[in-house]
Amino acid sequence: MATLPVSLENITEHFGPHLARSLGNRLATGVEPDKTVATHCCFCGMQCGIHLKVKDNQVIGFEPREDFPFNRGMLCPKGVKRYLQGAHPDRLVTALERDPNSPGGFRPMEYEKALDRVAAEIKRIQEKYGRDAFAVLSGASLTSEKTYLMGKFARLALKTANIDYNGRLCMVSAGAGNKKAFGVDRAANPWSDIPKAEVIWISGSNVAECFPITTDYVWQARENGAKIIVVDPRITPIARTCNLFLPVKPGRDIALFNGILHLMIENDWLDHRFIEQHTVGFEALAEHVSQWNPKRTSDVTGIAEKSIRQAAEWWGTAKSSFLMHARGIEHHSHGVQNVLGAINIVLASGRIGREGCGYATITGQGNGQGGREHGQKCDQLPGGRDISNPDHRAYVAKVWGVEADEIPKAGVDAYEIFREIDRGNIHGLLSICFNPKVSLPDSDFITRALEKLDFYVAIDFFLNETAHHADVVLPGSLHEEDEGVVAQVEGRVIRINKVVEPPGDARADWTIIQDIAHRLDCRKGFSFANPGEIFEELRVASKGGTCDYSGITYEKIEKQNGVFWPCPSEDHPGTLRMFEPGSWNPIAKGAGPFYFPDGKARFNVAPYTPPTEDVDADYPVILTTGRVVSHFLSGSQTRRIGPLVDQYSEPRLELHPKLAEKYGISDGDQVTVESRRSSIQLPAHVVTTIRPDTVFVPYHWAGRQSINRLTISAQDPISKIPEYKVCAVRIKKGLRTED
Amino acid sequence: MAVPQQYEFFIDPNRCIGCQSCVQACGECDTHKGHPMIHLEYVDRPFSVQTAPVVCMHCESPTCAEVCPADAIKKTEDGVVQTARKPRCIGCSNCVLSCPFGVPKMKTELELMMKCDMCYDRTSVGKKPMCATVCPSQALFFGTREEIERLRPRSVPTNRFQFGRQTITTKVNMMVPSFSENMVVDVTAAMNEPPVDQSFDMEALAVSDFEF
Repeated sequence: MATLPVSLENITEHFGPHLARSLGNRLATGVEPDKTVATHCCFCGMQCGIHLKVKDNQVIGFEPREDFPFNRGMLCPKGVKRYLQGAHPDRLVTALERDPNSPGGFRPMEYEKALDRVAAEIKRIQEKYGRDAFAVLSGASLTSEKTYLMGKFARLALKTANIDYNGRLCMVSAGAGNKKAFGVDRAANPWSDIPKAEVIWISGSNVAECFPITTDYVWQARENGAKIIVVDPRITPIARTCNLFLPVKPGRDIALFNGILHLMIENDWLDHRFIEQHTVGFEALAEHVSQWNPKRTSDVTGIAEKSIRQAAEWWGTAKSSFLMHARGIEHHSHGVQNVLGAINIVLASGRIGREGCGYATITGQGNGQGGREHGQKCDQLPGGRDISNPDHRAYVAKVWGVEADEIPKAGVDAYEIFREIDRGNIHGLLSICFNPKVSLPDSDFITRALEKLDFYVAIDFFLNETAHHADVVLPGSLHEEDEGVVAQVEGRVIRINKVVEPPGDARADWTIIQDIAHRLDCRKGFSFANPGEIFEELRVASKGGTCDYSGITYEKIEKQNGVFWPCPSEDHPGTLRMFEPGSWNPIAKGAGPFYFPDGKARFNVAPYTPPTEDVDADYPVILTTGRVVSHFLSGSQTRRIGPLVDQYSEPRLELHPKLAEKYGISDGDQVTVESRRSSIQLPAHVVTTIRPDTVFVPYHWAGRQSINRLTISAQDPISKIPEYKVCAVRIKKGLRTED
Repeated sequence: MAVPQQYEFFIDPNRCIGCQSCVQACGECDTHKGHPMIHLEYVDRPFSVQTAPVVCMHCESPTCAEVCPADAIKKTEDGVVQTARKPRCIGCSNCVLSCPFGVPKMKTELELMMKCDMCYDRTSVGKKPMCATVCPSQALFFGTREEIERLRPRSVPTNRFQFGRQTITTKVNMMVPSFSENMVVDVTAAMNEPPVDQSFDMEALAVSDFEF
């Protein structure tokens, strides 16, 4: 609540980020581990297999896990150093209570007393302002068991409509687009299809830095003769040696996809049979893209016409292909339209549902896929069910042993929760696995909203920047301190194994959630003894839904090295590839491979609109944001790992020499970058590998280094994803002087 | 136990994405924890994101060993040039100055030259070197010649490098385009060569109405 309990410097001194380095058993040679546990990395959607070495209940190092087929031992630097997040000086080992008179602004408190206070505050707020006045923010780095429990906890224990999650910042545009086009939201193909494709189209994904091990799949395709097309405002490491680089102007991807489809139609590079048999809506779309001739496409996208024609020819005439995209096209106020545009050129080619013919969004978070399936989204119930659909509500109510009426209606999205706090409609907040003060756009507003909260409880293993505002902090579990399942980028459900016990008073997140539920007099349905029991209920709750886990068991996951959903029965091996000819799904019931009653995929007219905030005379430069390879999301973990901070220690403003020259900026100069919302100062990094009209800043840092203070909170009207990838700024050399 | 002869080390800088996984993982190896022995550098960052991973090439006639006044650098029978023997190394840096590939690093705090020994502790017990195991782009690859031929049809391995008048043959292979006529990589000549088909010209490709 309110402002920070003490100064930021004081909080930081006590709670970090401090840098963990290899010391003691982690540095000594010849230390024999007590055990080595096969599990997965805690970071991105790749979920690389890894062995963690344990000595005295501390993870002391790793061994590559070459037997896991997806990454075969490969790891990025985050995976290599992930073990340093445990036994960390900043680790929260007791519950904390806000206390301006204590060092760091928080004093330790007994876990039971903390629970009592949390429950009392929840009751107080809900009695005074209504059930929906208490909101929950959850996250997609949690196991699926936890995400399922979070949804159930919000609906049945808190009885609030307002739960949403940090996938709102990540996967929702892709999810909404996939549902509109295919009726289901999962990567259509396993990664093993990538090397079998003869054209690889990568739009808006810095693959080499954000999903490093996918690089080997792409390079293997190239070895096999594939042409690689990369669409990005920057020449990223994956773009450096690609066959065709399209330097799209941020916010214009849909124009490019429409222009490509225009050329496919003009040259009859279409799969007429597939369009006829397996899709609807092509005529209307063809009519719409008739306006997107190469000249206009070039004018809008900022890509040379010749390059657009070349891309269309390669894509149009390919016999096999794999199109992948990520946040680069999804983080827009028209992110869903961008995704639909990408899907349109896939469907027009007919190259989906077959070996070597693929399409996927590259999911960002560790459980980015699973975390969006089982009910922690504001409009969703388990199994990918819709909270507004009476049949879906009835089914889940039956599983939960309640009346359908008892399940609240859809709540508002994660950003809107903060607007509701600001408006005085939401007074209390529980957060887990989410650091919105760093990760949400226009974050000065987020800070102001946090300051208005009546009561805020954060569950976390480190005191992240958002939790600085908390009244009570409950010490949760690290990835390696609990078990469960996640669905990685391909839709492969895998097992996270427990490696060490939580230290001190810290405990598994699902026990904390249940403890709170019990104090809210809600025991029924919250007495799971272990994650396995939660998973058994999740299986039942997902049965018959689009994300059907009913045939998945922990044993089967171990035996098969993962199970691809949907898996509707225990004798079903799982679904490696979606939309194969003749495949069955619970919506089409045999009518066709896509998840609509007629079994057909949908073409969607995807009209171009410019970004919400275009450049103008006052703010003439485009700002785009993204990641660097050694950090993850809001940096709550990676900014505490010494070797990863050494690799990239502070954000820099990447800009082209032509732009730098205009403003008299040299490499290394301190630069002020300012949007209509805020400004920060950071060093310039002058490189020719970015569009001259665009600057780039990575977003992993907090406070004075946080670029999300500048980004715009405009959201896609369908997915509600924020427009991180484009807003207008001005830059100048030197530090800002007050006007 | 020796490194199995059928397994070889192959470097393909064309694949490198500069992620530093190799460097970070090298520092986790049990024999030299905390001391990564791989260099990964940008070739010319203002103009390209190209990076080059440098591991020890394990020369047939290692210059570093030849110039060592203390005879501290030994080569095993299976061709691995080892890091300097601590009791012998006098920290003179001759090896650092003479290595044509710029591999050895002087650890002044330890008064010891340290360099990649091809993860002898791992490779001698049938494992791959740490860097080649984790490398996400497989720019660093450890395997058989049959594997590399099958997996990398666009390039061929070479292990001969020209530095002025000195020709060096190495145990480690460098992947070069398969149309290469001369299988000797002329390193000194290449240093002054502009990149060929390597970088996109952003200014030529990106159309912008921004007024510069």
